[in-house]
Amino acid sequence: MPVSLAQLRAEVELALAGRVAAPFAIPERRVEFVSTGIAEVDALAGGLPRGALTEIFGLAGSGRTSLLFSALSARTSEAEACALVDGSDAFDPQSAAAAGIDLKRLLWVRCRTLEQSFRATDFLLAAGGFGFIALDLGDTPGELVHRVPLETWFRFRRAVEGTPTILFVLEEEPHAKTCASLVLQVEATRSRWKIAAEQAGESAAGSRRHAFSRLFEGSGIRAELVRSRTPQGVKTDFRDGRGAPAGTGKAAVFETQEIWGSPGRRPT
Amino acid sequence: MAFASVYVPNFMVQAVVRAEPELRERPLALVEGEPPLWKVVAANQAALAAGIELGMGGSQAKQFSSVEIRRRSPELEKAAHAALLDVGWSVSPRVEDTAPDTIVLDIAGLTSLFESVKNLAAVLAERIESVGLYSHVAVAANIEAAIHAARGFHGITLIAPGEESGRLSSLPVEVFFLSAETFETLDRWGIRTFGDLAALPLLPLSERLGQEGVRLHELARGAHCRALTLAQPETFFVEEMALDYAVTELEPLSFLLGRLLDQLCARLQARSLAAGAFFLRLELQDSDEEDADNVEVRRKKSAAKVDPKAFEKTLRLPVPMRDSKTLLKLLRLQLQADSPRGSIIKISLSAEPARPRAAQKGLFILDAPDPEKLEVTIARLAGLVGTANVGSPELVNTHRPGEFRMAPFISATEDASGSLRFSPHFSASSVLRFEKLKGNNQPKPSAAKADSDEALTAGLKPGPTKQVGKPSRGAIAFRAFRPELTADVESAEGSEGSPCRISFRGARGEVVAASGPWRTSGDWWEEHGWRQDEWDMEIRFEGRSARRAGKSPASEDAGYSSGNGSREPSIGAVNEKRASRRGMPDGIYRIYYDWTRRGWFVRGRYD
Repeated sequence: MPVSLAQLRAEVELALAGRVAAPFAIPERRVEFVSTGIAEVDALAGGLPRGALTEIFGLAGSGRTSLLFSALSARTSEAEACALVDGSDAFDPQSAAAAGIDLKRLLWVRCRTLEQSFRATDFLLAAGGFGFIALDLGDTPGELVHRVPLETWFRFRRAVEGTPTILFVLEEEPHAKTCASLVLQVEATRSRWKIAAEQAGESAAGSRRHAFSRLFEGSGIRAELVRSRTPQGVKTDFRDGRGAPAGTGKAAVFETQEIWGSPGRRPT
Repeated sequence: MAFASVYVPNFMVQAVVRAEPELRERPLALVEGEPPLWKVVAANQAALAAGIELGMGGSQAKQFSSVEIRRRSPELEKAAHAALLDVGWSVSPRVEDTAPDTIVLDIAGLTSLFESVKNLAAVLAERIESVGLYSHVAVAANIEAAIHAARGFHGITLIAPGEESGRLSSLPVEVFFLSAETFETLDRWGIRTFGDLAALPLLPLSERLGQEGVRLHELARGAHCRALTLAQPETFFVEEMALDYAVTELEPLSFLLGRLLDQLCARLQARSLAAGAFFLRLELQDSDEEDADNVEVRRKKSAAKVDPKAFEKTLRLPVPMRDSKTLLKLLRLQLQADSPRGSIIKISLSAEPARPRAAQKGLFILDAPDPEKLEVTIARLAGLVGTANVGSPELVNTHRPGEFRMAPFISATEDASGSLRFSPHFSASSVLRFEKLKGNNQPKPSAAKADSDEALTAGLKPGPTKQVGKPSRGAIAFRAFRPELTADVESAEGSEGSPCRISFRGARGEVVAASGPWRTSGDWWEEHGWRQDEWDMEIRFEGRSARRAGKSPASEDAGYSSGNGSREPSIGAVNEKRASRRGMPDGIYRIYYDWTRRGWFVRGRYD
């Protein structure tokens, strides 16, 4: 006997009356966003969503770690507990401190294998209470990460849902697919070298002879929005009272600067 | 003036039952001595009802199949006595350590805390029960009356001032600590109770028994007064357990550790303390004893003063804790990572007391990992990647590049300041901090330029001293290569030593731009001194365009598998293989020449 969908729905609702208030209603979830620490990226993506998985990918040297440091700096400055699962033991504490990361607020897990990285992330997600968990697979070959079953990413997504944790995954290529609420691709545009005033008028070949007269200043980074669950143009309010501008573009460009260097450098 | 006395009946049996609670409802007899001369020294009511008698031979007692036979354990008695004292100190700071099974508390002025004396006695009995002991509690105006009432009456006894003689009169004289001679004399006189003794005239009694008779007369009337001998609280909490049979596996060991931890935590709770560290000591059976698998050989060795092997472990906690389940998990994880090699015959667990952490929880306090859960998680992570690879990075006071150390990670709410952090949404100071951060985030090219110009004019590269620690938007990150890669560097003729070509990890590239050399050195007066010339190099590798455009090959010799981590190659090894096949990515690298090792190395890459 054919039964219409509406009838079936009414019967289920009647059967569950008194026990479940609205069995077919999808509860509206309010997602909180926090700043990435870079205004241009906040304007593009609306910030980093809490309780969701964010994927940042790009080739080595593209500026993805700079973006991670910026986000970590913003979170630790708000005294949030942060964790970094370092897939290839590449984290550099000196540059991190120079970027403003409060190292006391950071739990650093130095992994050597992919399995260690994923299991460590599992442990941290299960522990709860972390405001920001970064899984750095930046130096892990994409071919390896590609073999991670999609269920793992679904499990990660489910683990952070409904929590204030930001799961930030940094990699060469995107792998989490639909499990990621925000996917950004970054690439380096150009590097900036400063040449001392007395050398500025010389040719490039001439200036190369005196490498000590050059100074690496930083590079330009282009971030492209690949996927976002936040509708374009919707203003997202940060918890700290600041509103991210309504972003309608697909890409943002910002600059990084080398501010730390090794102490005591002197030209020979 | 009022005193409360606590008496633990059948103390030897209760001390054993405290460690093995499942024996509480079963007939139990304790034996002491070496076979075949061992004798029953204590038994519970069920065992006595089953036919066990005190002084009976151990072999004879073993004939009673329904009765559990255990050895008397001085370690367990010591721990039970310590627990009894801890409960006493949880109620009153003035406690007398009268006997292993008896303590006396000065409860003067405590009724305002416990509402009434009856309530205080009930709380005392309840707390003693929480540490695994059953007790009799008596409250009286003088110490001896309270002790005798506790030893003679079951449950809680309250004796009002002036009623001591009447209440104690029904007690048998066995309650006194009497010498066998005096007891025999009283027995011959037909004196059976306190009342009988109190009714005797004092002068004739003193003529026959001397000062002992006068003292007994006073005690029988409940009129003997003396001062309290105060005991000093212990600063260390120890629970020990000698095992009849050696333990070799982690699972049964965890079970025993769980019991010891439960007891320790109950004692800590009774004193309103937590533990800052735990020290585990496991005494191991010598290998030649393992076949025997019983305690006899061990006892003989012990008598011969041969020290058994010992396994020690320290569990230092970043925050004081007393949750036995969490602590057991932490101990288990530590023992899994480093387990004792041998059979365990004795367990000793001690706790270093610390003030419990006090954190006010509320709606607007920033989320932070639960300290207990965090500790377990860190222990699990340490088991996964190694203890040295988990923690909070800490910069050290040196100019040596790449130097840092790992410090324990402590949750935000447990930091040294102890101040509570509020959500920025509700905190004015946080808003100000955020405004400051926002100000710092604004790009300041002119300022950066001025700094650079100034530094170049002075012949110095801007160092980190001015800006380290400030949140700054767009600070470029650096990724380190661990271990550093060896490199071959070529310099072009006439370039005054500037590198023009470089090769590492099997890839060869052209130096497009370079900055350096920036010379650093230090610790030259020590063996591990360093002297380096550092360069920032922008490198373009040969054959790189194919890497950018092409898709990665599908076949690789490794992958993520949850159950087979040991065969998984390290990321570094895979990268090495990939780099030799497809080249290194272009980018800006930090290269240095090490004058001590006379070679070029790649420290890392800007990213």
